[in-house]
Amino acid sequence: MTFRTDSRQFKRLNRRELLKLSPVLALGAFAIPKLQKPLLKAGLGFSDWASARLFRSGHLAHAFADSEVTPFAKFPINDYDVDDPGIDLEKWTLTVSGSVQKPGDYTLAQIQALPRFRQNTRHVCIEGWDVIGRFGGARLVDFLKMIGADPTARFVEVECADDYYESLDMATARHPQTLLCYEMYDQPLTREHGAPLRLQIPTKIGYKQAKYLTDLKVTHVLQRAGYWEDQGYSKFYGM
Amino acid sequence: MSSQIAAITNVKTGAISEAVYEHPFIVRLCHWVNAVALLILVFSGLQIFRAFPSFGAKIPQKDLLHWPKAYALGGWLGGGLQWHLTFMWIYIGTGLLYIGYEIFSRNYRQVLFTPRDIRGVWPMVHHYFFFGPEPYVREAYNPLQKLAYTSAILLGILSVITGVAIWKPVQFSWLAWLMGGFHWARLWHFAVMWAILAFLFGHLVMVVLHGWNNFVSMVTGWKKDPEYL
Repeated sequence: MTFRTDSRQFKRLNRRELLKLSPVLALGAFAIPKLQKPLLKAGLGFSDWASARLFRSGHLAHAFADSEVTPFAKFPINDYDVDDPGIDLEKWTLTVSGSVQKPGDYTLAQIQALPRFRQNTRHVCIEGWDVIGRFGGARLVDFLKMIGADPTARFVEVECADDYYESLDMATARHPQTLLCYEMYDQPLTREHGAPLRLQIPTKIGYKQAKYLTDLKVTHVLQRAGYWEDQGYSKFYGM
Repeated sequence: MSSQIAAITNVKTGAISEAVYEHPFIVRLCHWVNAVALLILVFSGLQIFRAFPSFGAKIPQKDLLHWPKAYALGGWLGGGLQWHLTFMWIYIGTGLLYIGYEIFSRNYRQVLFTPRDIRGVWPMVHHYFFFGPEPYVREAYNPLQKLAYTSAILLGILSVITGVAIWKPVQFSWLAWLMGGFHWARLWHFAVMWAILAFLFGHLVMVVLHGWNNFVSMVTGWKKDPEYL
């Protein structure tokens, strides 16, 4: 298909085609300091929205054979400030509040009276490394039943002895592999790994697995997403 | 090819030249948006890599390479992830739009490397790298170009698939499994990035060698005085 034109018309045609590409310049908004933060926040928010859609309540994380588990000594100890916040393990209780029928202080014995589950699952750090650990504890969903959590509540927020705080969406909190973990490698949790109680969630990234739990709140509205979330990490970060 | 051809009469001299409409609007749009997204994904990806620059165990950690902070986007791991998890959608979006358009418009025949292009590859390699004679070209893209672009598109798809395996190793456990597990998926994702950068390097060299008219064709769509008319 050949058409005839002259150099002046052809120049105009080219200019028009060039202008059609102007939407590309919209990406320049990311270079404007005032717009950059909200745009990236929206992008991360969209990723979180998509992550929540992709999450399947009935889909289990792979359970590994005992022979595939990373040796205990090679399971990294990660915290945001101290290895040992100095909890008095004898007096420790988990303080439950929020949209629950039975708020109050729960002892470790009460949590350990719930059915115990053990699982060999992968623990992935946001930095990129991963290990396979052996974890034991009570299902969070069982504990939520015990405290009479409102089934319409949307989040579980936790606080820790070292001032760390975290949150979980209810779908993940009710996932059968989400544990209130009090055992690693069939031994009681060591202090560095979060004694006496931590979260262990194979469907979440590492920073969600809060250690040294002291408070648990069931809520309809997310008040504090988490320590790292407040620094700019994803709120959902499901695996 | 059924590309549009323009016979242009110069208003001053009366001389007639020709131009071909090589790149439809959607292709150009996707090309430039994707180019920006790709660069952002590379440099934010390297920021993420900096947090654990190894593909081995955490204990003991043996770093593969030290990537300087000055050549990484986002300032820190969290910032790098924000850029990465934002622009991956733009990258995937333009990728899908491009592939969909190519299939729908049948424009893929311009770029897709097919078995009949195989015998044309060596003469082009001979020409580019060993100063052999320039083969006769009848289309917008020569066989070597088709091979390069088709590979680049496949690498783009692979970059997304390996990325999804890292981002959602539980929900897409079959993908991670296909790559040898989360650990290996991370290495594949990294390797695919370097392969794309290798393509990009060759691509830029060729753009420089082929001059201004060729470059302009990816901006306005029109290529003046193409060698194959």
